[in-house]
Amino acid sequence: MPACSVLEQVRAIVYHECMHEMSLAVNIVELVSEKAQGAGGKKITSVELEAGKLSGVMIEALVFCFDAASRNTPAEGARLEVREVDGLGNCLGCAHSFALDSLLGQCPQCGGYGVETVQGKELKVVSFTIDEE
Amino acid sequence: MCDSCDCSQTGNSVTIKRPGQAVSGSGSAGHHHHPHQGSPRRERIVEVREAVLGKNDGIAAHNRVFFNKQRIVALNLVSSPGSGKTTILEKTIRELRDEIPMAVIEGDQQTMLDAERIDATGVPVVQVNTGAGCHLDADMVHQALHQMELVENSLLFIENVGNLVCPAMFDLGEAAKVVIISVTEGEDKPLKYPAMFDAADICLINKTDLLPHLDFDVSRCREYAMRVNHHLEFFEISARTGEGMGAWLEWLRGQRVQG
Repeated sequence: MPACSVLEQVRAIVYHECMHEMSLAVNIVELVSEKAQGAGGKKITSVELEAGKLSGVMIEALVFCFDAASRNTPAEGARLEVREVDGLGNCLGCAHSFALDSLLGQCPQCGGYGVETVQGKELKVVSFTIDEE
Repeated sequence: MCDSCDCSQTGNSVTIKRPGQAVSGSGSAGHHHHPHQGSPRRERIVEVREAVLGKNDGIAAHNRVFFNKQRIVALNLVSSPGSGKTTILEKTIRELRDEIPMAVIEGDQQTMLDAERIDATGVPVVQVNTGAGCHLDADMVHQALHQMELVENSLLFIENVGNLVCPAMFDLGEAAKVVIISVTEGEDKPLKYPAMFDAADICLINKTDLLPHLDFDVSRCREYAMRVNHHLEFFEISARTGEGMGAWLEWLRGQRVQG
């Protein structure tokens, strides 16, 4: 079986299993590939990602998808390094600020659910490394 | 739809069609990776600091500018498969079609079935088939918009792929996300899938005509959803019997006046 059709199959499976992580991985690969081209680099060796704990992303799935999505691109074989960012909430009832580990955050001080998420939903590419050898 | 847009996004296996249309309208210009001619030397870190979905968000913003300019109120309908999105749309369209111009973008992995149902109501509809994709993205909507002639001061319903997880992350340029939960699902859905309820503005609780036969506790469902998102506005409806549809239709009329 030709390699490309194997890849297509893997992609189909991955797409189904990992859901939006595959789209996110494709977006990451496109973003860094474009930037690498602009920066004159041929090969990307690693990508640094910041992922909020409330961003709804399964990091293991994302890393798995990244490997598939980066085939035949300048990011092929690159390491995806994910730095998790803690969730932070502000209670709208009593203004208490506290660590949030889910979107169902309850204020530990007053018990209210009216909580504004101020940190933890971000998902961004911080940097990448290019090998200029 | 617009004069200055970047239509060269990747299209993979996405197709965009009107009912009865044979040819796909997908713009699938691939990605070009030219090996650079520079003189490479060593490892170098390149700062990026950009959102992973920055490109999607940019196209969504572009769609939003178009909607605002045309005074089109775009609503992104999201839910699990089988919650009754298409039936709600059919009923809504039949009730409002004499007073408000409307159009629909249908999102499904496969088939024209939903577009055909909407087509039967007489409003313009375009079907986006995402192939393996589990959600619509802003570019699919953008491409679909290029296939439609929308009327000013109208309503555009975007029926997303039935999936309570992934569509939450992808802004399409809509004015509001409408999450639909049917009473045949568990009332704990908002706790199990908080991201979608967090991202939504409106929550429709559908199939209320079945409540006498079920253990679904509507007030508990609302309470759970409010825990996730205290801004949510609720409508309890039965698209089948029409019960409760009045308030939802009134809300839609109000959106258009403000839009």
